[in-house]
Amino acid sequence: MISRISSQETSYAGRLIAVEGLDGSGKSTQVYLLKRFMELSGLKVFFTEWNSSLIVKKATKKGKKRQLLTPTTFALIHATDFADRYERQIRPLLRAGYIVLSDRYSYTAFARDAVRGCDPEWVRQLYSFAVKPDITFFFDAPLEVALKRILVGRPKLKFFEAGMDLGFSSDTVESFRIFQEKIYSEYRKMIPEFGFFTVDGTLPIERQQELMRAAVEAKIDLPCFASRVLRPKKISLPR
Amino acid sequence: MKRFYGKGLPGVDPEGLSGKLIVIEGGDDFNRATQLEMVKDCLEHNGHATVNVGLKRSTLVGRELAEVQQGNTLGPATLSLFYATDFADQLENRIVPALRSGIIVLADRYIYTLMARDIVRGADRDWVKSLYSIALVPDAVFYLQVNVRQLVENNLQQNSTLDYWDSGMDIGLSRELFDSFIKYQRLIQNEFHRMQSEYGFEVINGNRPPRPVARELCARVADLVEPLPTASIVASNASL
Repeated sequence: MISRISSQETSYAGRLIAVEGLDGSGKSTQVYLLKRFMELSGLKVFFTEWNSSLIVKKATKKGKKRQLLTPTTFALIHATDFADRYERQIRPLLRAGYIVLSDRYSYTAFARDAVRGCDPEWVRQLYSFAVKPDITFFFDAPLEVALKRILVGRPKLKFFEAGMDLGFSSDTVESFRIFQEKIYSEYRKMIPEFGFFTVDGTLPIERQQELMRAAVEAKIDLPCFASRVLRPKKISLPR
Repeated sequence: MKRFYGKGLPGVDPEGLSGKLIVIEGGDDFNRATQLEMVKDCLEHNGHATVNVGLKRSTLVGRELAEVQQGNTLGPATLSLFYATDFADQLENRIVPALRSGIIVLADRYIYTLMARDIVRGADRDWVKSLYSIALVPDAVFYLQVNVRQLVENNLQQNSTLDYWDSGMDIGLSRELFDSFIKYQRLIQNEFHRMQSEYGFEVINGNRPPRPVARELCARVADLVEPLPTASIVASNASL
């Protein structure tokens, strides 16, 4: 079913690259560096990130702040946010021949919503209107490494971010740890299912970036995505 | 015994939902609100507690959804998922708790209108069905069948204009509001007809003034609920 819906769109001119991984796995740093590389190489590139649709954000924020969300509405409101970015930006940009870089994609929802107890098949169906990325990088950092990065950099964890709605523990940090561990195991299960390109998140930043660029260049003919600058026609001014 | 269309809601056991879920479906018609009020009066008169639900009424996104429809163009998948969020929030926080307390839930439209609208906007039928597999199967679905011409009349009488979304102006059937309304409501009706046997709609002729329609609805609803010992006497004196 998923492939049937997606196959309607295999003919778009652009390329889609997604990055996935735990909070603190280093994926945002890496996708930022990839974006800079592409921009500085004069390629047509667009970056989008999870949970950032302007029209849906307000509702999501309220739902989170007032703790109104259940596993089902959590799944649906994030799917709505994704759909808005997909229909307004990702799809038109892909059709226009852009390279779209997506910090988190539907796999984030597959992992989180499954941990929250939603039926995995139902969640996959929600996102079946979206194309499968040309490459999905999975930044594989061991739980302890990822936790250390997050817990040092950002001491205050939010309620849903820490998975407090699931009642694993009344201690925020402990809850976050258990939640992340479960998400990690969901990600691991998806590696073969969706053919993620795994990057060892404990390698030096430069080495990870090198691997990432090599994988991109092997799969995508980058010069084809150079932005064409239209030169204005020479106008001969009347003397 | 209640059940879900599909796997349902995580963490919600349909057992013990002793109230009744009664759905009134139909096109975009202002008369339905009046009719539902009358059904509510009739039920309360007979000692039954009721709760009303409807589209775009959730605490979570009801207001936000109404806001983004003012002048924003939402893509079809976004619109669909936004409404599904609104529905799910009401299902979990209003419908299920009310049913658990033995209350009669009167739904001014349910997943069928939402599915019809999505399908008319090009959504895949199976996709929409999967989306709403979280829904509870109602105890009864009454489909108020109203001619499209009558719908126009009812809308104009209420508002002196036709609503942009109720006319399906977003899908470009016609640039003319009136033509678009007619075409759009016909497409929606076709979807309802398709769903009729699959979902067991009970059809009620809605091309009548609100009062006789409400009277028929009340009689049908009364068959579904346990009467109080004195209800029959009271009912005979009821104003309807």
